[in-house]
Amino acid sequence: MQDPCQIVRKSYGDPIAEDLRFVVKSIVGEENLIEMYPNKSNNYCCGGGGGFLQSGYKDARLSYGRLKDNQIQTTGADYCVAACHNCHAQIHELSEHYGGGYQVVHLWTMICLSLGILGPNEREYLGDDLKEVNIFHPETAM
Amino acid sequence: MSETAIKLDYKKGSIFIDKVQALLPDGGNLNLCLTCGACSSGCPATELSNMDPRKFLRYAAFGMDEEILKSDWVWMCTMCQRCVYVCPMKIDIPQLIYHARASWPREDRPKGILGSCDMALRNDSCSAMGTPPEDFQFVVEDVLEEYREAQPEFKDMEAPIDKQGAELFINQNSREPVTEPDELVPLWKILHIVGADWTYGSKGWAGENYCMFLADDESWEKVTRTTTAQAEQLGCKTFLNTE
Repeated sequence: MQDPCQIVRKSYGDPIAEDLRFVVKSIVGEENLIEMYPNKSNNYCCGGGGGFLQSGYKDARLSYGRLKDNQIQTTGADYCVAACHNCHAQIHELSEHYGGGYQVVHLWTMICLSLGILGPNEREYLGDDLKEVNIFHPETAM
Repeated sequence: MSETAIKLDYKKGSIFIDKVQALLPDGGNLNLCLTCGACSSGCPATELSNMDPRKFLRYAAFGMDEEILKSDWVWMCTMCQRCVYVCPMKIDIPQLIYHARASWPREDRPKGILGSCDMALRNDSCSAMGTPPEDFQFVVEDVLEEYREAQPEFKDMEAPIDKQGAELFINQNSREPVTEPDELVPLWKILHIVGADWTYGSKGWAGENYCMFLADDESWEKVTRTTTAQAEQLGCKTFLNTE
């Protein structure tokens, strides 16, 4: 899971990083959360912040994000939870650009999936392994 | 390293770092650098555009304003503050970056950020995509109606706009209502299940603030005041920024 700079280091610090972990572990199971290091307040920015996504310096942005992509690929995880819109957009692009192939999901998607209330049209960012799992009202697929 | 010695040309009282120090609490500690390099060694932007945080600060400290005020590296630093976190002297380099951005003529700043800021100033939504309040309202109501019918367990789910006295004022990144409205729904479901008393605002509903990234003080303040004024006018107790 990504520790968004804006939420963790720049706002509420390690206590909210622990809260995020409580939520993610509750959803996926403690044994399925693989940490990146450094993390929490000492994390690396993904490169999506500060307006970088819209600044036009795409090559520099992807180069900036290589550190984050390496961190994620090192975990070997299939999914990266990014509870920040900028992080989500940037890391999603990093996965495609560097060929890591990991999925990048919003926290709300994982919460609703675990509660069994995630409909067929709310799964844009799930991979094929979870796309068909526990679908809420499958008959409403568009 | 420079091949030749750099001749410093101090113009006391007029250099960039002095101006920024005057604006920051305790001067942002900008003159306390030990040159240890912890900032640069842990900065993902190090070496982009031949710059790094330590180098940027040293240029500033030496009064080499031209070097830093012409560097496009200020748009590659995300102001993530990791350099401050690891700095033994807690030097606020990101604020130096912010003010360097602000020193660029507005029209010369990156077009994408500039355009997103100007979009936000077009109407009361403050959306970087320029979406007017009535379009946001239409999408929210339309999607809510659709899901109440399709998923009857959520027939009482709400997605209020301008609900007077709601506990939470929640804003929303423009991408969901504009480009992927189905992604609005999981958040609404969670709020419904936990019984949250919440509302969007017709004004200032958009969570992103590219005017801040543009370092356009007057504009980002306008965006922020529009959204907080709406939350206050509705009597909301908590402002929840989802960005």
